[in-house]
Order: sequence, then structure tokens, then C-alpha cells
Amino acid sequence: MSAIYILWLRQIKRYFRSRPRIIASLGQPLLFLLALGFGFGPIFQRAGQGNYIQFLAPGVISMSILFTAIFSGIELIWDRQFGFLKETLVAPVPRILIMVGRTLGGATVALFQGLVVIVICLLAGFRITNFARLPVALLFMVLVAVMFTAMGTAIASVLSDFQGFQLVMNFLVMPIFFLSGALFPLTGLPKALDVIASLDPLTYGVDGLRGAFIGLGHFSATLDIAVLSVIAAVLVSTGAYLFSRIQL
Amino acid sequence: MIRVRNLVKNYGDFAAVKDISFEVAQGEIFAFLGPNGAGKTTTIKILTTLLKPTSGEVELDGLNPAIQHNEARKRFGIVFQDPSLDEELTAYENMDFHGVLYKVPGKLRAERIEKLLKLFELWDRRKDFVKQFSGGMKRRLEIARGLLHTPKIVFLDEPTLGLDPQTRNQLWTHVKKLNEEERVTVFLTTHYMEEADRVAHRIAIIDHGKIVAQGSAAELKTQTGTDTLENAFLKLTGSTIREEEAGSIDQMRTMARMFRQKRS
Repeated sequence: MSAIYILWLRQIKRYFRSRPRIIASLGQPLLFLLALGFGFGPIFQRAGQGNYIQFLAPGVISMSILFTAIFSGIELIWDRQFGFLKETLVAPVPRILIMVGRTLGGATVALFQGLVVIVICLLAGFRITNFARLPVALLFMVLVAVMFTAMGTAIASVLSDFQGFQLVMNFLVMPIFFLSGALFPLTGLPKALDVIASLDPLTYGVDGLRGAFIGLGHFSATLDIAVLSVIAAVLVSTGAYLFSRIQL
Repeated sequence: MIRVRNLVKNYGDFAAVKDISFEVAQGEIFAFLGPNGAGKTTTIKILTTLLKPTSGEVELDGLNPAIQHNEARKRFGIVFQDPSLDEELTAYENMDFHGVLYKVPGKLRAERIEKLLKLFELWDRRKDFVKQFSGGMKRRLEIARGLLHTPKIVFLDEPTLGLDPQTRNQLWTHVKKLNEEERVTVFLTTHYMEEADRVAHRIAIIDHGKIVAQGSAAELKTQTGTDTLENAFLKLTGSTIREEEAGSIDQMRTMARMFRQKRS
């Protein structure tokens, strides 16, 4: 347990010490919120869908968790390149605990980032309609954070340097975000997009969050939680397995 | 303390270590010398549980590192060839992190950290981030860290690489003192023969995956009829240059050098 704690603590310390990283990672959600939120707002309203900022905010919150979580997991590549990974792998600690500690640390950082973005959204005019369901919203944020940190760790376990990082961003992380229904409603989509969106794990995170914050879920909260839990479990197991196979 | 019998390690067709045997006694400083690519680091990786041997027997304080991972890991400390510190943490935090991973209890941990950081003259800088440290300070910190969990054996894989003579001298003084005071067994590799001559009780020379000579520095000199360990080493391993792996960058550098020479 103490091993998990110290690895978690390390991630937290590293995050809060790199102020430029925190500020930089807030820029993107802000841009999406302002440019898309206010840009598409009038059209969205005219199409009879209501306030776009209300609709978009849960998507932007999910996005910031997704990016921070994936990046926290992928940070493992740094540890490998700067040599610190060796220090943890040669310690008398089962690798599974190291992986769990790292993942919890990364997920905590992503969750914190999500909370900050909620505040930004509130400042931009987002209004939470149902405060009683805030704990449910938090649960969704935790699931999304854990899931994608584990995904990042799994990816970093098989990549040995940053060469493949751009590939992962463009062909995995970006599609996960853009096809998730973070930016558009899931009703009345073309069949192909509908299928893809329903295979995207983030879809259920965004949907759950939207349901919890403003009561506008496409699926039921139970379905969202069930899907996210299963995928999170699969990704954590995959991540743990791939991490255990790292050779120096 | 360390016993290696008929150790073999193959990577596919390539034999990195070909049937080597040696022993290191408790409290000894043992130098494992050889040209680049001779099999030194592979042997260290096997002894420190990071690689499994193809065949042969390896024993570390009575344990088999290939099977009894966690038990074996508590018995040794290691300073890797390349840095392995977290530069975003302070010196003290790096030590503390290590202590927690190795389950050194809180109070004892604080005492050991203080003692070791003072010994390696880093106590005044304990609250500084490692990224602000010089190469020599980082090395000292790594050695201090490797000793925190009071290991019986310390592996030092080229610990003085890239350090100036003053720092190297000071580092070996620390290692000798440690060996004398705490009776720590030391297993080291280095390319500086005078260092091995100065600190090692016993030396083994490995080349092309085989041990070509073993004994004290004096014995090796007598055996080869040479006056320095460096000459003994060259006589035993030949003087052709070994390339571990000429990387593409090295090739490009060579090309660039040739190109520049042609123009001038």
C-alpha cells in the first residue's frame, strides 16, 4: 500500500510543480468553450436545441480529463527515457502495485483538471441544473480519468520513445474526442457515425456527465456507468499486463 | 555473497555471455572489467533480476535472482550506468521515495537519509531539485540512494563515467570507506583501470562474453608481465577497438567529419 501511495504522491507533486503545464492544459478547453460555444451557439439555438454552452460544457470537461489522463499515462515514456523507470522496476515491489500507483496518481491529476474546467465553464455561463446529482457526475469523471490514464500507460508500455506519440494523438485521442458526442447531440446522426459513436468509450462519459449536470442524457445513467466500468476494468488490466512485460 | 556457475546468456543467435563462472566473497570489492560489449552490463542485469539467464546458476546471498525477485532485490543496491533519478523531485524526496519502496520504516528512514546525505556531502542541498545538480552530485546521490535500504551488496555500473578527476577520487574514497565501515560487498565496473587498481580487492576481466583472467591487480600484472593494470588489460583483451553498436548517429558524425576534412 505504501508503494501505491508514494507513486501516487510523486505524480501529484510533479503535476503541481509544473505550472506551465497546468496553464497550457487550460488553454485548450477555454478555446473550445469560447470559439465553439459562442460561435455555434446561435445556430444551435435556432435549430431548437437550446443553449449550446449548456450542452457543450460536459463535453469540454470530459475532453480535458481525456487529454490530461492520456498524457499522464504516456509520461511513462519520459520515465523510461530519463531512466527513473529502472529505479521503480528494480525495487522489491510487485509491478502491479507500481502500475496501480501511477494510474491513480495520473487519474487524480486528470480529475483535478476536470474540476478546474468545471469552474471555467461556470464562469462562461454554464449552469448546473441538478446539484443533487453532483456525486454521480464526480463518479463519471473518476471513471473517465482512470480509464484513459490506464490507456495511456498501456500505450506507453509498448512505445519506447516519443516517435509514436503524434500517431497516438491523431489516430486515437483526437478521434475519441471528436466522435464522442462531446460537440454534437447523438440523435439523428448518420448510421455510420452513430455506430462509431456508440463504440467510443468517451461517449458514455460525456453522456453520463451531461445527464448528471443538466439532466439531458441520451442513454440511462446505469448503462453509462456499466459500460464505463467494464471498459475501465479492461483497460486497467491491459495496462497492468503490458506494464508487467516491460523489458529494460 | 555472489556465486556464478557456467552462466550463459543468448539474445537470439548472439551469445552475450558464454559460460562464465566467478565468486565474490562477503565484504570484498570486486571489479568486473572488460571492453565495450564484453558482457558486463548483461551480467549485472542478470544478477540484479532484470534479465533471466539462458542457462547456468546464479546465487546472490543464497538466493536465486531469476526466481526470488523480491527477496533478492532487498539485498542489493544498484547504481546504473545511466542516470535514474527523478529530476523534478528534490534530493531528499528521491531518497524518501526509495526508502518507501524498499519499506524502510519512517524513523529509521529519516535517520539513514540524513546519515547518507551527510556522508556524501549533499545534506545542505537536500531541498534542491535534482535538475539543478551537477553530474558529480547526481552520481553521489544515486550511490547514497542505493545504500539507503542497507543492502549487503552494491552494484556500481561505471559510476565515474563522465566525472572529473576530483569527483572520481572523492567518490572512490566514499566507496572504500563504506566498504570498510559497513562491510558492504561492492561489485563494480569501470573503464578507468587505475580506479580498479586502487580500490578493488579482486578483479575479473571479461572479453567477448568469456572471463579471460581473474585475481588481484598484482596477480594480473605478474601473470601478464606488465607494470600497470592498464597494460595487463590491453595484453589480455587486445588493442582493437570494440564497437558496441555503431548507431546511425555515429555513422552520420563520421560522414560529417570526413566531409569537413575534404573541404578544408
